[in-house]
Amino acid sequence: MTEVTKVQELVYELKLRDVMKKDVFSVAPGMQMSELREIFRTRRISGAPVLDGDRLAGIISIEDFIRWLSDGGKECRISEKMSKRVETFYSDDTLVHALNKMEAAGFGRFPIIDRQTGGMCGIVTKGNIIEALLKELEIDFHEEEIRRYRASHIFEDIRADKSTLIFQYRIAGELSEAGTTSSGLKTTLKRLGFHPDIVRRSAIIAYEAETNVLINAKEGKMVVRVEPAEIYMKIEDKGPGIPDVEKVMEPGFSTAPDWVRELGFGAGMGLPNIKKCSDKMVLNSTVGKGTCLEATVDIRQPQ
Amino acid sequence: MLTRLAWQLINMDIKEITRILEADIVYGEALNREITKVAAADLMSDVLSFSKEGALLLTGLTNSQVIRTAEMSDIGVICFVRGKKPQKNMLELGKERGIPLLATKLSMYEACGRLYQKGLQGCECN
Repeated sequence: MTEVTKVQELVYELKLRDVMKKDVFSVAPGMQMSELREIFRTRRISGAPVLDGDRLAGIISIEDFIRWLSDGGKECRISEKMSKRVETFYSDDTLVHALNKMEAAGFGRFPIIDRQTGGMCGIVTKGNIIEALLKELEIDFHEEEIRRYRASHIFEDIRADKSTLIFQYRIAGELSEAGTTSSGLKTTLKRLGFHPDIVRRSAIIAYEAETNVLINAKEGKMVVRVEPAEIYMKIEDKGPGIPDVEKVMEPGFSTAPDWVRELGFGAGMGLPNIKKCSDKMVLNSTVGKGTCLEATVDIRQPQ
Repeated sequence: MLTRLAWQLINMDIKEITRILEADIVYGEALNREITKVAAADLMSDVLSFSKEGALLLTGLTNSQVIRTAEMSDIGVICFVRGKKPQKNMLELGKERGIPLLATKLSMYEACGRLYQKGLQGCECN
């Protein structure tokens, strides 16, 4: 029930400019009808506004195109076949206004006009509206959840000049069990209430690193330090080490044997993946001594 | 009402997916997942690098690393292609993590093609 009232609230609150698609593909009135076939096919669209400068001249749809074909398909300009009487909305109209009009009109694609300039500034479909509503609801729901469960508030409650949470994990076992350590870390970070994107990135870093340790060194350890501004992860092993640290950062470079590849790993994407997920990454390795990977995920600015 | 309409418009549920792929539900009959994106790969590192939250993963790999990878990257549903069935320990891990598992006889290419045709999007690289 609360969800429905929230939706009702939103349809009155949100304006079309908040939900409309801004970069709209349009065609010019002077284009030939026959050019539309390729446009509709390659762009997978079923219609496009016809623009004269930034002024809306009409709309040409796939129905217009089919009608033109069945009438013989004699070459002519789009402006002769487009629908000129087009229903439009203003960008400052509310969603509820648009939804009611859509219901009555029986079709679902409306150009949006800027009230000040009179030019077309976007297009709206039922899909856009629904997507925007869902996004709003999801954000709301997510904020609600964070408020309720966020254990990371712990930092705000602790009185100290510096506070840090430290988790330690031992990495060992068969490669087929890789992921147990990262799974534990993921659950922990989730429980602390971090943004899902932060949790996911940290989990992927841990998982790739854990897999690397199990493949190359058999065992190692992972230390995760959670601070108010960042999650710092250090994964160490006493394995054979990496002869050329730059080389292993290249996507696709791999030293993995077949049995590793059979498990879906060893494609040479591990370290590049880690780098992609972290805000800072440092890889140190000495041949014969071992490898140490440090990765940091910034938690001040969720993406 | 509006929210229900919304889901129908932009998402597909597991039942719809099984219909399109002529797939069996190996586990997760009772679980409800809405699918908006699809990833297809046998390389788990690829999955980790490009998949999106809640996506359906099509794969030919049937060991428990697939579940782990799905767990780390928040994959919503896994479907095995070419008639492969999950190994026993994988099935157990899937149940433990609450990830629905499907199996289809279709090849990877055919499965991708059918879903794409029905309007399901891939997970864009970034």
